Parts: sequence; C-alpha cells; structure tokens
Amino acid sequence: MEKKKTKPEFGLLIDYEYCTGCHACEVACAQEYNHKPGIRGIKVFEVEQALPGGREYLTYFPFPTETCVLCPHLTKEGLDPACVKHCMAACMKFGRVEDLAKEVGRKPRMVLWVPR
Amino acid sequence: MAEYKVKPRTRDTEIVRTTVWSAGPGCHGTCGVLAHISKGKLVKIEGDPDHPWNQGRLCARCLAMTQYAYHPDRLTRPLKRAGARGEGKWEEISWDEAFSLIENRMGGIKKEYGAESVVFSMGTGRDISPWLCMLAYAYGSPNVMFAMSGNACYSPRIAAVETVLGDYCVPDAAQWLRKRYDDPKYRIPKCLVIWGYNIPNTCPDNIFGHWFIDLMKRGTEILCVDPRLTWFSSRAKHWLRLRPGTDGALAMGFLHEIIHGNLYDRGFVEKWTNAPFLVRKDTGRLLRASDLEKNGSPENFAVWDAAAEKTAVWDSGKADYVSSRPKAALKGNFSVALKDESRIECGTVWDAFCEEVDRYPLERVEEITRVPRKEIRDAARFYAQSKPASIHWGLPIDSTPGITPTAQAITALWCLTGNLEVPGGNVVARNAFECVSYALPGAEGVIRLASKEDDRKRIGIDRYGPFRKFIWRAQTDSVLDQIFSGKPYPVKGLWMQTGNLIAGIGFEPRKWKEAFKKLDFIVAVDLFMTPTTQYADVILPAATFLEKNGVRSWWVPLQSINKAMSVQGCKPDVEINFELAKRFDPNLRWDSVEALFDDILKNSGMTYRELQEKVWVLPPEGNSSAPYFRHEKGLLRKDGRPGFSTPSGKMELYATLREEWNLEPMPHYEEPPFTPVSRPDLAEKYPLILSTGRRSFAFFNAEHRNIPWLRELDPEPTVEIHPDTARSLGISDGEWVWVENWLDRQKFKAKLTIAVQPQMVMAAHGWWFPEEDGAEPSLFGAWKSNANQLIPMGSQGKDGLGAPLKNLLCRVYKVHE
Repeated sequence: MEKKKTKPEFGLLIDYEYCTGCHACEVACAQEYNHKPGIRGIKVFEVEQALPGGREYLTYFPFPTETCVLCPHLTKEGLDPACVKHCMAACMKFGRVEDLAKEVGRKPRMVLWVPR
Repeated sequence: MAEYKVKPRTRDTEIVRTTVWSAGPGCHGTCGVLAHISKGKLVKIEGDPDHPWNQGRLCARCLAMTQYAYHPDRLTRPLKRAGARGEGKWEEISWDEAFSLIENRMGGIKKEYGAESVVFSMGTGRDISPWLCMLAYAYGSPNVMFAMSGNACYSPRIAAVETVLGDYCVPDAAQWLRKRYDDPKYRIPKCLVIWGYNIPNTCPDNIFGHWFIDLMKRGTEILCVDPRLTWFSSRAKHWLRLRPGTDGALAMGFLHEIIHGNLYDRGFVEKWTNAPFLVRKDTGRLLRASDLEKNGSPENFAVWDAAAEKTAVWDSGKADYVSSRPKAALKGNFSVALKDESRIECGTVWDAFCEEVDRYPLERVEEITRVPRKEIRDAARFYAQSKPASIHWGLPIDSTPGITPTAQAITALWCLTGNLEVPGGNVVARNAFECVSYALPGAEGVIRLASKEDDRKRIGIDRYGPFRKFIWRAQTDSVLDQIFSGKPYPVKGLWMQTGNLIAGIGFEPRKWKEAFKKLDFIVAVDLFMTPTTQYADVILPAATFLEKNGVRSWWVPLQSINKAMSVQGCKPDVEINFELAKRFDPNLRWDSVEALFDDILKNSGMTYRELQEKVWVLPPEGNSSAPYFRHEKGLLRKDGRPGFSTPSGKMELYATLREEWNLEPMPHYEEPPFTPVSRPDLAEKYPLILSTGRRSFAFFNAEHRNIPWLRELDPEPTVEIHPDTARSLGISDGEWVWVENWLDRQKFKAKLTIAVQPQMVMAAHGWWFPEEDGAEPSLFGAWKSNANQLIPMGSQGKDGLGAPLKNLLCRVYKVHE
C-alpha cells in the first residue's frame, strides 16, 4: 500500500545567480534551533567550473536539508524563516509553492526547493 | 534604552536595538541588530530591518553571538602571571588588585624611563582604538601602534588619498541616504570596479560588501581586478587577472589609455586639479610664489597666464588666484623670470603627469602585469565611458611598499573621469556630523595628546612624512627594531588590546615573541586566551558589544551602541581604559564615560542619551559629512571656499606633500621586493608566488577558531594550489603540505582549485588552535600553520607604509611524517 503523504504547501525560491556563499543562512538556522555543530537545516554548496573558452565560474547555492521545517513558528506570524531573513544577498524567498512556481521562470539561474 | 517597536514574541523577552562594533563578529560593524534578551541573557540576535545599513541582514559571525558571548573559555576574571612568560600559569585577582598592579608597574616605568617607553598596541582597533588612545595619551605616551608591518591595513590608502585630495573617498552605494538606492538624488553606477576585494569577507573597510550585490541587481556591471577567481570575477564584464602586486602598473596603464583616448574630464582637470601649476625644469620641483617675488609665499604656486603671457600666482590659503582669473595654460614650456631676474624654463604639472603616464604604454603594462593589453584597453575604456562609475579597492593595494603611488594613480582615475563627489561615483567619507573621537588619518579628535611636544617622541615620526601629517601611530617595524636596539630610547612596556601579535597581525611572530621577553611589563586585554596573551603579566577580561555602551561616528550613520546585557566579571574596554586613564591623569578632561561620549558628540548637537533613543542618525544634506558636490559648495574646506583641504586647495596630480617629504610626487609603479621579477635569485629556489591574507567567510582574521558554528564552516588551514601545479608536485586534494620560503616552513592542507593560477598559491592566515595546549612550546599550535612566519618584517615603503604580504615567494611539497 502506498504511504500517505501530505502535499507540501510552502517552499524556498533561490536566485542562485546572487548567492555569494556567505553561509549566513546556515548560522541563522543553527541559532534559531540551537543546533549542535554538524546539524543544519540548510547547507551552502560551492561549484567551481572551468567554462569553454578559458573562463572560470563560481556558483554557490543553499540547499534545505532533511532538518529544514521552514520555521513555522516565524512564518505563522508573517515573518520570514531565519535563513531567508538574514540572507546577505537577499536571494532567498519563502512562499506558497504555487506562487513561487509562477516566479521561478522570471529569470535564469533560479531553483525552487520544496523541503520535506 | 530604546526598545524595538515590534512587540517581543514572549512575555519574558525584551528586544534591545543596538549597533555592532566588535568585540564579537570582529568586523568594523555598523550593522543594526535586535538583541533578544531573556532573564538578562542573550537568547537570539537578528538584523534590524529598519536600519539603513544592513536592512535586516546579518552575517554568520554576528549570528553566532550566543556561542561567542557564553563561550566556556571566555575570560571572566583578571589574571596575574604566576609562572614564567609562556608557561601558562595564572592566578585570578580582583579588578581592584589588577588596576593597582598596573598603576604601580606602569607608573614605575614612566618614572624611570619616560611614558614613551610604553607602547600601546592594537590590531583592527574597532570600537576600542579611541579608548586605547585615551589611555596612552593620559599616561603620556604618543606610541599607539597598529601592529601590522608597514601599518599596512587601510590607513596607508586613507593617507594616500588625503595626500592628494585632503579627504578620503569611498564608493557611493547610497549609504548616506535613508531611502538608499530609491532616493531620487542617487544614481546606480553603470560600472563598479572591484579592485582586489572578495565578497566572503563581507564588510572590510567600513563598507557593507553585499551593497554591491544590491547594485548588481539594479544594473551595475563589474570590472574586477583580481589574480584569483572570485564571486565577482565570475560575474564581471571585464576580469583583469594580474600578477599579484602589480596593481600600480595596471592603474598607470588605465591612465595611459584614458589620457591618450581623450576620455578624461578636461573641465575638471583645469578647474579642480593642480594640472596648470608650473614645474621648474632646473629642479624638477613646483614653482612657488617665493621663487617669483621677494615677499612671495612658499605655500603659493604659479600658473602661466596664456592671455597675459606671464605668470599668475595661486593663493593656496584662499584657494583662488591672487588677481583676476588668468587663462591658465595646461600645456607648454615657458620662460619665467625669477625674483633675482634670472630666467628658468618651466613646464606644467599636466605635462609632467602625462610624461610619467607615458612611461606605461600598454605593451609594458602587459609585460609587468601579465594581463593582455587588449583586455586592459577594453576595461579602461569601459570604466572611463560609464557614467557614473565607482571604484572599490581592498587590502591588496596596501600589500606593497609602493602603496602610496599606487593609490595616487587610482585616485587620479576617479578624479580625471569626473566621478568624484557625483552620485554613484567615489565620494568623500567623513565622520558623521564631524564628530571625531580620536586621531584617524587626517582627523584630530577630542581625544588627543596633552601637547604636540609629547608627539615628537613617537617612533617613526622623524623618518616618515605621512606619520607627521596623517598617521598618528608609531611605525610598527621601527617599534620592533627599537625594542631590540633600545635606541633612541628603551621600550619597556607593552599594552595590547584588540590584537593577536603571535597568531594574527605580527609578521615574523618569533621575533615578536623574543621582543615580548625583553620587556619589563605587558598587559593584554582580551575576551579569550590567545597565543599572544600567554606573554602578558596581567590579562584583563573585556566585554562583547552587547555588554557595553558606546558611540560610533566613523562615517555614517552616527550611532549608539546600547548595552543589552552583561557577563559576570567582564568589563567593557572603554570602562577599563577610563579607570586607568583617570589614575594616570588626575586632570583627565572627562569625569565619566558618559561625559566623554557627550564630548565626542558635541558637533551633532545631541547628547549621548538623546542619540541612544534614536540609535542611529544620518547627517542631512548640506552637512559636510553628507554628499554630493561638496568641493563646489565649499563644504570641504574650513574657510567655506570651494576646493579641497590639500596644501594647495586643489586635487593634486603632483603631490605637494610628497615633494616636501622628498618622495616622488607623482603616481608610478614600484615592483614589490620579493617577486620573480625583483628577486630571480630567490625565485629559482622558491618558484611559486605566495599570497596570503585572503579572508574566510567564517572568521575575522585570527578570531573565531573557537566558535563551533563557525569553525565547522572552515575547519582547517588550507593552501589553494592549482590542480596542474599540484599534479607536477605529486600533491592530492586534502593532503598536508609544507609551504616554505627563506624564513620558515608551515603546514597547510592542500585545496586543489582553479581559483588560483598555476604560478601562485594562496595560504590562509590567522590560524591557531584554541583546542590545543596554550602553554609553550605548543602555544595553541601557533607555530604550525601560521602564514605570518613566511612574511618578513621591515619591508615597508619609503614613506613607512605598506608590506608585501600578497606577493612573496615559496615552494610547496608534501609532508612526509
């Protein structure tokens, strides 16, 4: 029998063109939940690429882990999740999945995460 | 204390609005924060969304404040050394005992050797440097030291720009305006030059790094000058990947292209610079009114009036011509009659400047910088043709003994292209409302030495011109020499606050360790034990920014730091220094810390209490600390006349002060002292370029290795090596390697990355291991992976400034245990 799953309501829209790899989201999350080192609701990854034509490119993107619950205690009050609030590059957005889905194609280099 | 207007979410929490200025995140701060306090304890910290500086954002280091403030290793009692220096044996004493002990010992040194025999040392001073100066000056010593070789962090750039402009400039990201980028007065820069600056260090030099990302989202395009692949260089329209340390040559190449391409603002050159001033061909020096007339002032200069066909005198004091406005020639050779009726040939500053620039055709600049000439040409044209365009520069500019001529060249770029004091360009940065607490380059504050006479003994002042005019510090390399030589007078004591000489800011740290052992008495003020505090006789436990009241007027806004909580046993730096200042100087000008703050704030028309209610205030338009076009409005000079507060009242393409100091007056390039070009002999043995000092997003220099949330992000000291280079050396990713040069060898973990070019490596700095034994010989592992052991002291430039920390030589090989 198929396991019953609730349909996710909220997500995170990331404009990774502007993520600078500052890791503020990670520590904001650690502070919000007083996580032990090693546990974080969000993690930033680095991708270093050699492009054709001899140019190099550096990309960062935050990825919500299995620990991410999207800060319901904050969002219920109309506030942003801790990571979104503190993002130094202001490249993260919290919202309803269907609203963010409409926005994801607004420009290139975007990703929409729907955490667990 | 002002409360944040949003209601706290739980009944037993109060929210305090305050301002960050380390201790804590380590940076120069200015972010507005909301400290959530429950039962007297910090439970959470957030960015203040109403603050125009950070607009609710906050960095990783500040978000880790709960771990920092309540760290189990925080010092909470004054300590007195109970064993030999470095042995790690301490006895807890009370604050009263500590103050009396210091008063006695330092009083004794003053009596026997004079107050100048005690040096007051800082690292990145932040909120503490004013109070360090207050204590040093109350004690009577002029020797306040920024402990880096060549004073090579920011003040050289500030002094260089002050030399030619009379003020310092920063990129305009609308930081002066309440509505920021949306203010109708503001213009988004079309081009932003990011010259040697990497975003993960976020907020160097009192600039919030992510403003530049805000600008990019609004259309700004990036011109990046950096040998490393960075976030900015990835996204730059032009990326000039120069050989480390050749920034000066590149800037001269830009000037060459801009002048020969006729891309400069001729109106600005004629009206606001000293380009038309005459230069004597016989001496190569500026022609002065004292050369022309018996009663002429040596401070006044001369131009050639092309209409009257004779010289006309410029009155520097009035920043205007003596008689009616001449038609000043910009170019040409002129025969000028001197006061003794002899005749000499004169040219113009503009011709001399262009002649200097002509020494840098792009072929030569390519040869020096290794950047293809076409890329330089295209980039220079893009910068010059974008209106407005702005330049942000980083520490690499200070990282060469040729700092001042390099900074002169870059300053000329923003002036000649008409980007000075325009919205979205480079604008003058002054202390908010002209409230100045202590002497920064170019500014004298309310905290000052009792007499100019006391200043004559400041170490380095006799040798180095800028130290007499802008840099109110001792020259660091000269201090180290003097500790060993005892000449011209002995150094007997050291007070260290906000710096970690062994693991963070001192080059050749073993020399500093030996220097400590020569001193009679050392005090360290810190929040944690460090390798450096091990050498103190007394350690005083300081407070975080959350535990103190304070005032911040370094540029804008004017801000108060509002005490949010306390940690038992710790004292704010200002209170420590105030207590001792009172003991050393019974006639101290202020009878309380609050009276001191009020005095600093005098020019704002506000008291400290009033400022605390507001937390931050921006100076209004028309105030001399708010842009734009202040040189036209007469807001930069004390006499209210248009112009600049330089010796001539002009922006000086030919620097009068440099001439006075017998240094080259015009911008040029100087090859740093330890490169494959200047030292091919060393390069044979040490073939790789060694760069260090790159910031980590997790740490501020030598701090934060003990903060779990931050250490996790950057756990080990790394050296970046290009994969091709690593392959040729048989090194794999993650292996431990030795980085070695003629000074020492140090261990780093190899990070294979295309971020660096094959001929260079980048070693992390500031590494020590708080988890290891603090006593000698381990000293928290300070001798293992300490990049500073590979950087020489004593390579400062001719003006005492700059240090070659990003353009050294090394070899790299595997560690075989």
